[in-house]
Amino acid sequence: MLRSLAGGERNLSELARPFNMSFPAASKHVRMLERARLVRRRVVGRTHICRIEGRPLARANRWLEQYRRFWETNYRRLDVLLEELQPESQSTPRSRNQEPRKS
Amino acid sequence: MNATNTVTVTASGERELVIARSFNAPRSLVWDAHTKPDLIRRWLLGPEGWTMPVCEVDLRVGGSYRYLWRNTKGHEMGMGGVYREIKAPERIVQTEKFDESWYPGEAVGTLVLTERGGVTHLKQTMLYESRDARDAVLRSPMESGLSVGYDRLDALLASMAR
Repeated sequence: MLRSLAGGERNLSELARPFNMSFPAASKHVRMLERARLVRRRVVGRTHICRIEGRPLARANRWLEQYRRFWETNYRRLDVLLEELQPESQSTPRSRNQEPRKS
Repeated sequence: MNATNTVTVTASGERELVIARSFNAPRSLVWDAHTKPDLIRRWLLGPEGWTMPVCEVDLRVGGSYRYLWRNTKGHEMGMGGVYREIKAPERIVQTEKFDESWYPGEAVGTLVLTERGGVTHLKQTMLYESRDARDAVLRSPMESGLSVGYDRLDALLASMAR
């Protein structure tokens, strides 16, 4: 269901169809996802429209990105150090610019 | 080439984090940079403003290592562990625990270095005791200096490269 919702909003019958689920069964499943705050539902007339709730997922991605940046900071320093450790004689024609990158 | 050398971090399974990156240097040098105190303390510093006054490495199976970082305000952060496996210059397995750990238990880090055509690929897998521990590591601000602006980083690199 989440994979289907990743493609955009879906109504309950669209979500239920691939699983041959009844409307109440699909509704129950969506309720679980709502409780886990992964999905949001709004009711328009008789149609239940669901969409993925991005926040918890977005938060997880943000943590990963923070952690990634922490290591990027370290590894950029390591790049500079490794460059310095390489004997000039071994440095085959430099394919890269030694200038630090400008932001 | 340098531009493509960016870190990827992936959460794997429930308890692991996998850090991967390439370096334009032979494997032996990347190995040295991870095992020789004089080299470790030059890059394993986290955000700008931290130094590593203590870096002790007893590189043998069962031997221990100890890192201590200090920032300009005098805050200290210590960490250490024991080497479980050492296969120079390609693989190290070591435990790690922070003095004032913000996640439960000990973590086990596995560093694997492979070299191809003068480029060394690094893969560091961190295995935590539980999913909660792994997630706590991700949530931690890693000493908040993570917000270190890239402009400041550029300045640092420029000064180091001279």
